[in-house]
Amino acid sequence: MHMTQPIVAETEADQIIEVAGIHKVYNETVTALKDINLGFGRGELTSLLGPSGCGKTTLLKIISGLLKPTSGEIRVNGETVTGPGPERAFVFQDFALMPWATVLKNAAFGLELKGVGQKAREDKARHYINEVGLAGFEDKYPHELSGGMRQRVGLARALAVEAEVLLMDEPFSAVDEQTRRKFQEDLIRLRETENKTFILVTHSIEEAVYLSDRIVLLSPRPGRLKQVVTPEIDRSGNPEAIRRNPEYLDLIDDIWAGLRDYVE
Amino acid sequence: MELYGYKVPKMAALLVWVVIWEIIGQFELVMLFPPFSDVLLAIPDVITTPSFLEAARITVLSYLGGLALALVVGVSLGLLMGLVKPADRLLNMWVNVFLSAPLSALVPVIMILFGMGMPTVIVTVFMFAVWIIALDTRAGVLHVSPSLMEMSSSFGASRWHRMKIILLSALPEILAGFRLGVIRGVKGVVIGQLLVSIIGVGALFALYSQNFLMAHFWALILILFAFALGLAEMIGRLEQRVEYYAGARS
Repeated sequence: MHMTQPIVAETEADQIIEVAGIHKVYNETVTALKDINLGFGRGELTSLLGPSGCGKTTLLKIISGLLKPTSGEIRVNGETVTGPGPERAFVFQDFALMPWATVLKNAAFGLELKGVGQKAREDKARHYINEVGLAGFEDKYPHELSGGMRQRVGLARALAVEAEVLLMDEPFSAVDEQTRRKFQEDLIRLRETENKTFILVTHSIEEAVYLSDRIVLLSPRPGRLKQVVTPEIDRSGNPEAIRRNPEYLDLIDDIWAGLRDYVE
Repeated sequence: MELYGYKVPKMAALLVWVVIWEIIGQFELVMLFPPFSDVLLAIPDVITTPSFLEAARITVLSYLGGLALALVVGVSLGLLMGLVKPADRLLNMWVNVFLSAPLSALVPVIMILFGMGMPTVIVTVFMFAVWIIALDTRAGVLHVSPSLMEMSSSFGASRWHRMKIILLSALPEILAGFRLGVIRGVKGVVIGQLLVSIIGVGALFALYSQNFLMAHFWALILILFAFALGLAEMIGRLEQRVEYYAGARS
């Protein structure tokens, strides 16, 4: 059974990322996020879910260090951080690939910035390009790839820096439905081999339930924590079977019932 | 264009004008227009004179000098305007004024400042080419994808790396500006020399027109046209190689 728990300050021991009292105000008038307190457990996949305008991408960018909160702080492994760091890697909604560089160079970009030598970084990039299923495309340019393949390059780039946390901003929203499904299944497989913490922003209830160990529901204007849901779905078998799992289907209905008030 | 099922090449229209020119020339109606064939025959004549070689040397040197200066200053100015908002507010109007101003009118002033020699021509080429390069660079910098910049800072890019990404992202626009600058620079190099008129092709034009050597005069114009078109074509080729990602930018 899944359970919906009230919002409590979580005190579990092994939290890799802590979000403490985050407020974000834009232009001194628009409150995007209000009093967000959250913990993200090591090795878990957490989805930030909510309708547009709930500040879920803002929260993810604050966690990544790309945006500064108006108040509050982010702790990674117990230490307060104020900017991007090597323990967090970002996967972008619009892929953010360099159009002038090959798949290999794009995937190795994070390593290049860390000052890894050419041979070493290309070997590692090749490994992760293979991992995300793009072997054979190393020398192609982004414009020669489909949307789904481009996002795989973005994923390989984030994996290659071997960050502990992967922050994914609606990574599958710019690709078509079939590709998205395949991508979601591959992500479940990837979690079996890569022991990482994932934080995923999505507006798709199905996607959140399908992938997540924990779903954080945000309500819009101002963005607040509404509820934390813990789906307990067995993902060990055939990934396609999850979509027929009654647990999965019920939880989608429950979450929709909770969110529909926010949608005109 | 097709005519009676035959493909007519693009240069065909030019050929018609050449024929009309030839006919008018053959009738010797206007002294200004010698027959086109005479003009063609005058080309080797012009090219082989020592004064042409000297003029070509001065033209090419001052052209390349002015253009190189315009490229460096234009790209830096464009970067500054694209990246620093206050600088943009301060400079944008002036750059636009200079872009549309009749710069030929400024050449006499340049001449007073830089004398009757090559520096004046270099500065004229620079003034003709630099503004469009600056404005196109600025446009390119303003269009750099924000997520690409976020990406580079999320992976911890240094200032130098971010600059490299901005420059590479803006490269298609910078090249487009450079091509326009190349073409405007040819105007600059000719107008500058015409007004200075004692060096380079300016001196040659003066020599030919004062001695009524109209065939030579036209031959020199044809050579300059070919020079300008050839350069623009070269930059166009270069642009096409970069183009492949201009359209693919997201």
